[in-house]
Amino acid sequence: MYRKKVLTSLAAAATFSMLLSACANQAGPGTTESSGSSSKVNIPAISKVDVPSGAVKPAGDGKATCPATTTLAYAGAQTGPNAQLGVNIFNGIQLAIDQHNKANPGCQVQFKKFDTEGDPNKATGPVTQLVSEPDILGVIGLPFSGESKATGNIFEQKGLVHITPSATNPTLTENGWTTFFRGLGNDAVQGPAAAKFLTGKLGAKKVYLVQDDSDYGIGLGTSTSAGLGSALAGTEKVTTGQKDFSAVISKIMNAKADAVFYAGYYAEGAPFDQQLVGKGFTGTFVAPDGVKDDQFIKQAGDASNNAYFTCPCLPGELIPDFASAYKDVSKGAEPGTYSIEGYDAATVLLSGIDAGKQSRADLLSWVKSYDKDGFSKHYKWDAKGELQAPTVYGYKVENGKIVPIGPIGE
Amino acid sequence: MLPSLVPLLPTENDWITFDIPSLAQNFWSATFDGLTFGAIYALVALGYTLVYGVLNLINFAHSEVFIVGCYAVFFTLSSLGFGPSVPRLDIWAIILNLLLALVLAMLASAVTAFLLERIAYKPLRQRNAPRLVFLITAIGASFTIQYLIYLWRGPSPELALTMFRPTPIFDVFGTIVDSQQLVIIIAAVIMMVGIDRFISKSRTGRGIRAVAQDPDTATLMGVNKERIIITTFIIGGLLAGAAALFYVMKIPSGVQYSGGFVLGIKAFAAAVLGGIGNVRGALLGGLLLGLIGNYGQILLGNSQWTDVVAFVVLVLVLLLRPEGILGTSLGRSKA
Repeated sequence: MYRKKVLTSLAAAATFSMLLSACANQAGPGTTESSGSSSKVNIPAISKVDVPSGAVKPAGDGKATCPATTTLAYAGAQTGPNAQLGVNIFNGIQLAIDQHNKANPGCQVQFKKFDTEGDPNKATGPVTQLVSEPDILGVIGLPFSGESKATGNIFEQKGLVHITPSATNPTLTENGWTTFFRGLGNDAVQGPAAAKFLTGKLGAKKVYLVQDDSDYGIGLGTSTSAGLGSALAGTEKVTTGQKDFSAVISKIMNAKADAVFYAGYYAEGAPFDQQLVGKGFTGTFVAPDGVKDDQFIKQAGDASNNAYFTCPCLPGELIPDFASAYKDVSKGAEPGTYSIEGYDAATVLLSGIDAGKQSRADLLSWVKSYDKDGFSKHYKWDAKGELQAPTVYGYKVENGKIVPIGPIGE
Repeated sequence: MLPSLVPLLPTENDWITFDIPSLAQNFWSATFDGLTFGAIYALVALGYTLVYGVLNLINFAHSEVFIVGCYAVFFTLSSLGFGPSVPRLDIWAIILNLLLALVLAMLASAVTAFLLERIAYKPLRQRNAPRLVFLITAIGASFTIQYLIYLWRGPSPELALTMFRPTPIFDVFGTIVDSQQLVIIIAAVIMMVGIDRFISKSRTGRGIRAVAQDPDTATLMGVNKERIIITTFIIGGLLAGAAALFYVMKIPSGVQYSGGFVLGIKAFAAAVLGGIGNVRGALLGGLLLGLIGNYGQILLGNSQWTDVVAFVVLVLVLLLRPEGILGTSLGRSKA
């Protein structure tokens, strides 16, 4: 008999809670409308980008010859929480190699992929295996800063050239490595550009900086906070794998920040923005290249409408030839963040192979003295492996899609 | 490599700092969030405490009973069209959907708890296995369920589920208490009071207490021990399933194969803090642990501190009161 009573009280409790949530939901639309007024700045999307007319294409002149064993490799995330960033890159590489092999019957370059899950702790295994395969002459990777830091020495010891299409931590080129080349601007460029974008174009007065615990997040957080100056309302740290952000969010709400900059990856960035908006935050959410992916929109839902991104990456989807060819490789998906950077990096290596640089040492010196246009930018590295004068682009979320808004931070 | 080139943030150098102004500023929001988490811990803690009271067994697989409930919530609500965005449904549809998710989650967790007892523990009991064997079995069962979920769903968390948009209800000293916090705290407390009365007043509750006090005598008095054990597991499962709904409400992206592990450990700690085997102790311990962890993380400025602070306090309390704050066992609790 008593069991019945308990069940009744449980049911009563449940119903009561549902009723409360009902009231909550009823009031919901009201708050959305009132917060709508604070979406202040509207930066229009751009619909085309300029491509250098003399950009090197992977096809080359069609007369290249090379041994059948010639191999290029990709090392980076294929699985894991931030896998999509890796998928964008290796599809770009795959496209470059496909175009090259189709045009050059005498030189069929093989392509091998090594999965690091994007995790610095797991990256050393696959990279050690990779460098021990003598047929691999050059590598595109690794995509993330933490894993790049963990594996740079392994490449260095074997004299194997590798171009990262996306790792942006500035200290990576301070290690004295001669085999490491960065195919994009680093966070010493992106951070200040992001800060300028926040306080300039977006007109933010109080920016709350939240960074994760990765090398990438810490480095970018540092360079951004320096650029924000007095507009910095506070700094907060989150952890890789964190799910609940309520404490960080209360601090942001109590500081009355009008913008949040999140230095990290989308795996934490998406639930963070989702919970932030859920708690009534009406300001803008700005995040870097590590968050700029459709997965962010998918995981954050409607909350993602407040998001802007900064990225030292060109919107490859606006280059029609590239975008349509990419879809054949990616089974219909649009080019993503760093697809074109992966494609360009592969092109640098392929053009070396075509020019007869068919040993690791020759290909390395080819990259060192490289000085040509790619689709995304001009490629010429300094002695440390940094590019000269890279551009940072801005993006925003519009109707559930990431659209480019042109160069920022200039 | 060159430290001068990495201008670290000031907080990077002082790895431990006490940010008292921040705690003062965020005190009330930390309190309400802490109570919300505490309520969830407490519901899960009841499962540990009841089973411990009856069997003297720390059922480590209870965290997986909980996570199965989370998956039930996820599958129910996502098949009903819920996702990361705020649902565009009218109020009554949301109530019905959430009630359905609650019932299914409670069922899923209760069935898991029942199967766990039948498959993992009952055979051992029939063979009079030593207590250590039960403990190892519990840990093994926990890993088994966890990695079965891993194999099935993969390592990534499931898509977030927003059940409703939390709206401000009232404010306390400038801090807004929203509907979500209120729903979780009130519903959880009502359930806990219900369970407490059930244990102390009902026939089955008397049976549970009798078995906890002295299983042999209870059997001689006509209590069906096996039935009591199964009932205890099922009650724990039902409560864990309810906790699962509130957990997903609070942490929309928290459904992941390993999601129950840390929560389970904290709920167990809450049960120990309040006095394991004591129903009211689990309630008190859960709320305290939620509060302490949340204050700690704001005071020390990093979410990683939540667990450190919570467990340091746990150890300190146990040094002073080894039997937990309320201490009395299930068997001796007053009727």
